[in-house]
Amino acid sequence: MQTYKKFLLAAAATLAIGSQAVAAEKLKLGTEGAYPPFNLIDASGQVVGFDIEIGQALCAKMKVECEVVTSDWDGIIPALNARKFDFLIASMSITEERKRAVDFTEPYYTNKLQFVAPKSVDFKTDQNSLKGKVIGAQRATIAGTWLEDNLAKVVDVKLYDTQENAYLDLASGRLDGILADTFVQWEWLKSDAGKDFEFKGDPVFDNDKIGIAVRKGDPLRERLNTALKEIVADGTYEKINAKYFPFSIY
Amino acid sequence: MNWDVIVQYLPRLLDGAVLTLQLVAISVLLGLILALPMGIARASQNLYLRALPYAYIFFFRGTPLLVQLFLVYYGMAQFDVVRQSALWPYLRDPYWCAIITMTLHTAAYIAEIIRGAIQAVPPGEVEAARALGMSRTQTLLHVTLPRAIRIGLPAYSNEVILMLKASALASTITLVELTGAARTIIARTYLPVEFFFAAGVIYLIIAFVLVQGFKLLERWLRVDACQGR
Repeated sequence: MQTYKKFLLAAAATLAIGSQAVAAEKLKLGTEGAYPPFNLIDASGQVVGFDIEIGQALCAKMKVECEVVTSDWDGIIPALNARKFDFLIASMSITEERKRAVDFTEPYYTNKLQFVAPKSVDFKTDQNSLKGKVIGAQRATIAGTWLEDNLAKVVDVKLYDTQENAYLDLASGRLDGILADTFVQWEWLKSDAGKDFEFKGDPVFDNDKIGIAVRKGDPLRERLNTALKEIVADGTYEKINAKYFPFSIY
Repeated sequence: MNWDVIVQYLPRLLDGAVLTLQLVAISVLLGLILALPMGIARASQNLYLRALPYAYIFFFRGTPLLVQLFLVYYGMAQFDVVRQSALWPYLRDPYWCAIITMTLHTAAYIAEIIRGAIQAVPPGEVEAARALGMSRTQTLLHVTLPRAIRIGLPAYSNEVILMLKASALASTITLVELTGAARTIIARTYLPVEFFFAAGVIYLIIAFVLVQGFKLLERWLRVDACQGR
């Protein structure tokens, strides 16, 4: 621990000197921009959301200037590795499969997966009741993988490019239900479009750790981890959390 | 290049390729049937007969296929009238939405090919047919159209290949055709280079077979002889 602190001090000192020499280091923050309330593009074309605010808070702690870059979800890891941006903060679950392609920081929130279906429908989430149902999820998400791994033989899985398209098909009746992140759906259920729908059953998976991805072996990972600890300790995280959810998601 | 993984997922890619072939085959055939009367009307001297197919072609050529797919798949499903209609069992299915959209889209292009081909039939041949006492309909069926088909065939084969590639857009409305299969596999394996490469090779093979098929068809129809070569 002692050496770790020394290392941190040394790193901080280097950074301080570094930041004097170069006016401001610039980093590119990658995200998707179609995943409200975590990352979305608002009416004025700005990328906003929980992920972006956390990312900018981390950049402030690291004393770097960050530019937000968006990418389609299913090509977002290749884009990181192709250096289109330096770190990826896009509500990405830490999975073994992804760890083969990128490195993750410590989790910055914990997610759950839960089914959503129309209020008017009796929708049970055990295997027998789900049999033959058409369930939507976003392609390349933990929900899509979970459905393929656990229910591929039970339900008809439909994969969408964006979560918003899955909502459209739930509303049109093409889907019996959606499996996705609890917090993302919580936001949608609050909205006018989601008023006829509700959560069904308990979360089917509740230990989905969300991290920031960096390229393999990039030392940026440690700097992000340190900054993350700082924003949690000084209350910045809590403030951002409270803007989006009335409960803690850390 | 991770060959083992490609081999492991090859059956899923091939399932996707079968769906791709279905989408393309059905849409270019239905498109041809739909385009034939439109192309003939487009080549007509009558302004009113020309106007309707002109508007249709203008709309479908002037908007991207992706937008048309989204309008048919997500757009129409917004209306209760559509959801309660007898067509909903078809319109709720992404397969039929893709077939309908691709057919309407390619029909616009094929109609233009047919119009161009009809107008490229040498006027002397039409005049000769008329001088022989053939009626307008007889001239159309026995001289103009057989000639136009041979003139338009190379352009039609081009359109079929274009639709083969355009069918990749069907993956955006949840269809797991070749591109959709590749993207779904990449979502699991994070090997974009491997699977886009594999999908690309399969597209090339399909395109090669199509080109050879059209070559045989051109030979059978004696396209070269008709063009005085």
